[in-house]
Amino acid sequence: MTHTFLVEIGLEEIPAHVVTPSAQQFTERVSSFLKEQRLSFESIETFSTPRRLAIKVLNLADQQADIEEEAKGPARKIAQDAEGNWSKAAIGFSRGQGMTPDDIFFKELKSVEYAYVNKFIAGKKAFEILSDIKTVITAMIFPTMMRWGSNDFKFVRPLKWIIALLDDEVVPFNILDVRSGNITQGHRFLGKAVTIKNAAEYPEVLISEYVIADSQARKNLIVEQIKNLATKNDWRIIVDDDLLEEVNNLVEYPTVFAGEFEQKYLEIPDEVLITSMKDHQRFFYVQDEAGRLLPNFVSVRNGVSDNIDTVIAGNEKVLTARLEDAAFFFHEDQKNSIAAYVERLKKVMFHDKIGTTFEKMERVQLLSAILADYLGFDEESKSDLKRAAQIYKFDLVTGMVGEFSELQGVMGEKYALLMGEKPEVATAIREHYMPISAEGKLPQTAVGALLAVADKLDSIAAFFAAGMIPTGSNDPYALRRQAAGIARIVMDQDWSLSAVQLFGAVSKNAAANPKLYQKIIPADNTATEVTSFIVERIKKILEAEHYNFDVIETVTAETINGFKEMIAAAKVLKVHSVDEDFKETVEATTRVMRLAKKAELPADILLKPELFENDAEKIFSDKVTEVEKENFDNVEEVFQTLRKMRVVINNYFDETMVMVKDMNVRNNRLQQLSLYAAFAYKLGDLTKLNVK
Amino acid sequence: MSKKLALQDIILTLQQFWSKQGCMLMQSYDTEKGAGTMSPYTFLRAIGPEPWNAAYVEPSRRPADGRYGENPNRLYQHHQFQVIMKPSPSNIQELYLDSLRALGVDPQEHDIRFVEDNWENPSMGCAGVGWEVWLDGMEITQFTYFQQVGGLEVRPVAAEVTYGLERLSSYIQDVNSVFDLEWADGVKYGDIFGEPEYEHSKYSFEESNQEMLLNFFDAYEEEAKKQIKNGLVHPAYDYVLKCSHTFNLLDARGAVSVTERAGYLARIRNMAKDVAKAFVAERKKLGFPLVKDEKLRRSLLKEDK
Repeated sequence: MTHTFLVEIGLEEIPAHVVTPSAQQFTERVSSFLKEQRLSFESIETFSTPRRLAIKVLNLADQQADIEEEAKGPARKIAQDAEGNWSKAAIGFSRGQGMTPDDIFFKELKSVEYAYVNKFIAGKKAFEILSDIKTVITAMIFPTMMRWGSNDFKFVRPLKWIIALLDDEVVPFNILDVRSGNITQGHRFLGKAVTIKNAAEYPEVLISEYVIADSQARKNLIVEQIKNLATKNDWRIIVDDDLLEEVNNLVEYPTVFAGEFEQKYLEIPDEVLITSMKDHQRFFYVQDEAGRLLPNFVSVRNGVSDNIDTVIAGNEKVLTARLEDAAFFFHEDQKNSIAAYVERLKKVMFHDKIGTTFEKMERVQLLSAILADYLGFDEESKSDLKRAAQIYKFDLVTGMVGEFSELQGVMGEKYALLMGEKPEVATAIREHYMPISAEGKLPQTAVGALLAVADKLDSIAAFFAAGMIPTGSNDPYALRRQAAGIARIVMDQDWSLSAVQLFGAVSKNAAANPKLYQKIIPADNTATEVTSFIVERIKKILEAEHYNFDVIETVTAETINGFKEMIAAAKVLKVHSVDEDFKETVEATTRVMRLAKKAELPADILLKPELFENDAEKIFSDKVTEVEKENFDNVEEVFQTLRKMRVVINNYFDETMVMVKDMNVRNNRLQQLSLYAAFAYKLGDLTKLNVK
Repeated sequence: MSKKLALQDIILTLQQFWSKQGCMLMQSYDTEKGAGTMSPYTFLRAIGPEPWNAAYVEPSRRPADGRYGENPNRLYQHHQFQVIMKPSPSNIQELYLDSLRALGVDPQEHDIRFVEDNWENPSMGCAGVGWEVWLDGMEITQFTYFQQVGGLEVRPVAAEVTYGLERLSSYIQDVNSVFDLEWADGVKYGDIFGEPEYEHSKYSFEESNQEMLLNFFDAYEEEAKKQIKNGLVHPAYDYVLKCSHTFNLLDARGAVSVTERAGYLARIRNMAKDVAKAFVAERKKLGFPLVKDEKLRRSLLKEDK
């Protein structure tokens, strides 16, 4: 005989984004509880609405599985004396297992005989065990926990009722003053309390009380109704998955309805309309066949279609008020020129210790020009970049962005186009904020990408110079995200840029324009701090791609190497790590690197071939000269050269003693090794690599 | 809804409703503040073990929200109807829905939702868990279970229900602009508040004396701290409120930068925390007189020290 077991937790409205994960958590906890308790079952069904989390266990065993096992006791010589009398230890052992010495038998384990008993624990009835489900509920964890009334107990929202039914029998327990029972609540306004006679009736019994407890079924109802509306009106209704999930968890009984707004508001940019509808009101927006926004919206009511006109009118009124605001800003904003907005940025603080947003734009304008030179931008791109950098923050002081801050950049692009800027410039204004999140989209245009890099680089350098360096989880200005953004953009654009080069551009700019940097003069250690801060993000990227720790440390050790090259080096080292001569290649190279690191050479030293004392030295020198002549950007080729050179190096060390007493000869040799090491460092600091 | 309720009828109805639920009808507190929560009838009374049930209208000033009386929904000063019940009754949501019914809003004819909105007022060290209540898509009420006030854990938990009176009334009276609301028979909201809205906006955005306000802030802060030391909780709190309003005026004027902002908020928060602690200490000295359960009262007095 098996049973159906139902638990429903009734709550005040759970946050929409918490409903589904909580229901899953509940299911998992119940499942592992039943397994721990040796109560077998076929499956668990999960139910959830804003006001309830429920599970239904199908074909639950009538009782726990029995336990039958051998329990091992003391060795025979301890359990019995020579006459075969039971010792105290043996008596104690058998009693501890709930038996007598008569139950003891002996078995050999590793050629020693031990006392054993056959232990048997009869499984208890499921009903007796299930009241412990209380601990499963009280152990649940939520993103935000709260207390209520005079209790110290914390849960997601106040607990209103609990159903715990094994078939038709209530499993009794209580949490605070809520006793488990068999009465559930219907829809807040349309349903009533209803007694569940048998667990098997769930969730169907709730449908007549206007609750669809199966969240997937509820979602399907919404999707189906949306489809019908779309077909009827010839609309494309944009159903965003996250929004659908949220809306589904705001209702127990969904009725989809459509509303409209006046045609005149369509002049407002789509992004503003969509933000108002989707983010502020949780509406789905509507397009025609060609993808143009229509003056309609679709929403979901928690209830039936009675009095739906009142609901529609109310929602239309709220949306209209928002759009009226937006239209007002849209018109007002266009009455001013970009120059006037830029002028206003002189009064907007970027940060007290750094300066105004206007000053930031001035720095970024010059900084991006330096970087554009590095990268060989053409004249047109340079002039677009210059214009974009002159104005790119202007939308921050428009009314629209004041109201819809999430549209910064987006409105900048719109307004720039309306005010006669080139599309390239306008796009760069929008793109400079990218990426907005860790996985966010990257700028598509080179001008936008470089403006984005320069803006982020300026922020990082400025905050570091002003002493506001992120520590641990404390990164209020999201500088780590900005550094990651720089790394991602540089790689996506396939630019050869290193952290040292990037900060070099900042230093150059600061040296040439001291006035712009007076509050944020880079300190001596700022360069190292900023470059390693940026390279730290490359490490994260490599970690995410599951490179070994030593490979990551190796390729990121030289901040002078480009990001792209670092990633490529990691790949090369991984691919070749299985080569037969890999170890030998690395060891030959690191021998050179270690000595070169120790070398403290005068700055102006030149290699003097006349000081060579053997052939191996000469051959090595000739090869290094060859290697130096080629400009290896391709790290695979660098690796192949190291591989070829390993024999030369090994011969060199066989024949040559580097650290000789004669300082001229010694320094000459160290210089020789340093030249080669500098080449090899293009792969990274191989001394950090683990070769077994 | 047969006859549309005037705004003052809405207030009267809510007062009647909540007084029946055991709330004391308090009056608006006479120091400028940004929200009903900041009235001592909520901020101070929410803290400590004593029960407290109160309801009152609170004019709430938010200088940065002023729109010269030109925006149909934005105001320098709006009115909140504030309900605070400690410990939170288990049927507080039902009570709230009944209050809507009393106003002629039948939930069955509308779409009413409780949408998560956890409330925080960092400047006062407050945090709570709750919802905004949507009536056909319009946010008409903020509903919060206080978890922390003035940096102290709220035990027992107080439930706060804050109705935005202008929003709610414009729904009930079906008008598009708050200035068209009927306050009393034949008198419009705009007739009463139109001119002050314009003047306060003009003052806050253009005319306020920044230097004077900066000095005021410092002076109020000094006085608040001094009176906290003297154990004069209520005068001290009045000065904390004055600091808060002065800061809001400075903020509206654009006189406060991003970092300075954080600094000012921290100063207000520290004072609010000190006042909160001092308030509980003073109530304890008085023997927590509102705790009527004698056994509980004694055990509370014995706690800690």
